[in-house]
Amino acid sequence: MRPRHALLAAGIIATGALALTACSSGDPFEEPSTSPDATSVVVGSAAFPEAEILAYLYAAALEENGIDASVTPSIGARDAYIAALQDGSIDLVPEYTGNLLQYFDAEATAQSSEDVYAALGDAVPEGYEVLDQAEAQDADSYNVTRAFSEQYGVTSLADLAGVPVAINVGANPEFAERPYGIPGLKDVYGVDATLVPINDGGGPNTLQALLSGQVQLADIYSTTPSIAENDLVTLEDPEHMILAQNVVPLISSAKATDDVARVLNTVQAALTTEDLIAMNARSSGDEKASSEQIAKDWLAEKKLFG
Amino acid sequence: MSAYAEALAWLLDPANWGGAGGIGARLAEHLGYTLLSLLVAAVIALPAGLAIGHTGRGKTVVVPFTGALRALPTLGLVTLLALGLGIGLLGPLIALVILAIPPVLAGAYAGVESVDPETRDTARAMGLSSWQVLWRVEVPLALPLVVGGLRSACLQLIATWTVAAFLPLGGLGRFLYDALPVRDYAQLLGGSILVILLALLADGVLALAQRALTPAGVRAGRAPHVRTARRPVASTAS
Repeated sequence: MRPRHALLAAGIIATGALALTACSSGDPFEEPSTSPDATSVVVGSAAFPEAEILAYLYAAALEENGIDASVTPSIGARDAYIAALQDGSIDLVPEYTGNLLQYFDAEATAQSSEDVYAALGDAVPEGYEVLDQAEAQDADSYNVTRAFSEQYGVTSLADLAGVPVAINVGANPEFAERPYGIPGLKDVYGVDATLVPINDGGGPNTLQALLSGQVQLADIYSTTPSIAENDLVTLEDPEHMILAQNVVPLISSAKATDDVARVLNTVQAALTTEDLIAMNARSSGDEKASSEQIAKDWLAEKKLFG
Repeated sequence: MSAYAEALAWLLDPANWGGAGGIGARLAEHLGYTLLSLLVAAVIALPAGLAIGHTGRGKTVVVPFTGALRALPTLGLVTLLALGLGIGLLGPLIALVILAIPPVLAGAYAGVESVDPETRDTARAMGLSSWQVLWRVEVPLALPLVVGGLRSACLQLIATWTVAAFLPLGGLGRFLYDALPVRDYAQLLGGSILVILLALLADGVLALAQRALTPAGVRAGRAPHVRTARRPVASTAS
């Protein structure tokens, strides 16, 4: 028995070592590349409902104008879908200006919508471009309960410094390092806050922690329906600490023909933050409508293309 | 520098080991969570498993039920329980105990069940009570399988407690959840290696315990050897 075990263990270790060396030579996030069809546009998306809805929205708008388009939804996080864009398996992806700028240029300091969009134009690598930014934004936002807001007279991040209780912030773990997270609260608004890391992107667990008083502040994306549903107060950001996050299409320049750009920019011009909230509510609420259906309904309602 | 070299450098950097969020503290937390959940699972599943194995009753109900519980995705369960119980330790603890119960239970009842009926009958014939049969015969003979169940549960717990760091908890999962969004792949990989090492180490310790707890009589002659050795002797004797 014993020698056989030892042999087995040695085998496992050897296989593991082989797998390790095999991995280390290549990029683990590499996607198999497909040969792009010159006449059609493949729209990718990040793995969350709003990004998926936007991808279907772009594809449906292109189709409506006689341009072949297909959707590859829910590719994953930014690393994954940018890699897919670079290897040509997708041509277009809905993005957010602030996060995309930070991705291409970690040292970028722009904060407002205009500055971020201008800086983004320079930061996007050769061979790719961004089209017009929409008025629609899905940014981080600090929220408190209505009761907390009234008890301490807090409606803005600037009011927080005067609050006599400890401030715990429910947010994703990266908030510990982001300039608009815990360090920003300290540097910009003079607030000593403690991060309570909850990894659901302002989802139900974060909301529950806020409502139950385990945290006083919750980072919830501004287009999340739960903010209005629970009568939360989104704190103002007079110093523009929070990075602007306007919706923007990132596209391979080879696919950004005049026609494609015109169609997508028409969609961009019509898209508002309220539209995003309404579409997210249909997706995450009781209706549980499909991203594709929500996108089609929005286009039908707006009648953008006569 | 390759990702693995960076992860190694992260692991070997003394600056990463100290403090409340350091590797030492996270390892201790992870081990603490694992032992706590293993203990709770053992307190629930060991008596139940021994009772099922001893009496032969309840198996058709309890075993499929706990097996079905095991199929619940742990991350979903953690999320759901946290919604009801808040973001403390209790929700993840319940979810992980549910994950650990089936292997412990299976080890306990399979261990008792595997005892040779002849051995059990002999003990009864010698005048041992049902309770004495359980404690003096069945449990000692079942120990290797019982510890095997605990071993399997322990391995799963060490691996799965990482997902609980999705909530504001410590443990090695912190390194994974905190590193991914900021693309700190050295820490991500380093944290993963720590989970693997801890799992291998714990499994090794329990393997030694399993061997130490195997009764000398069982170790000296495992069942197949006893039979092959005894039968020819018996036949010549008769």
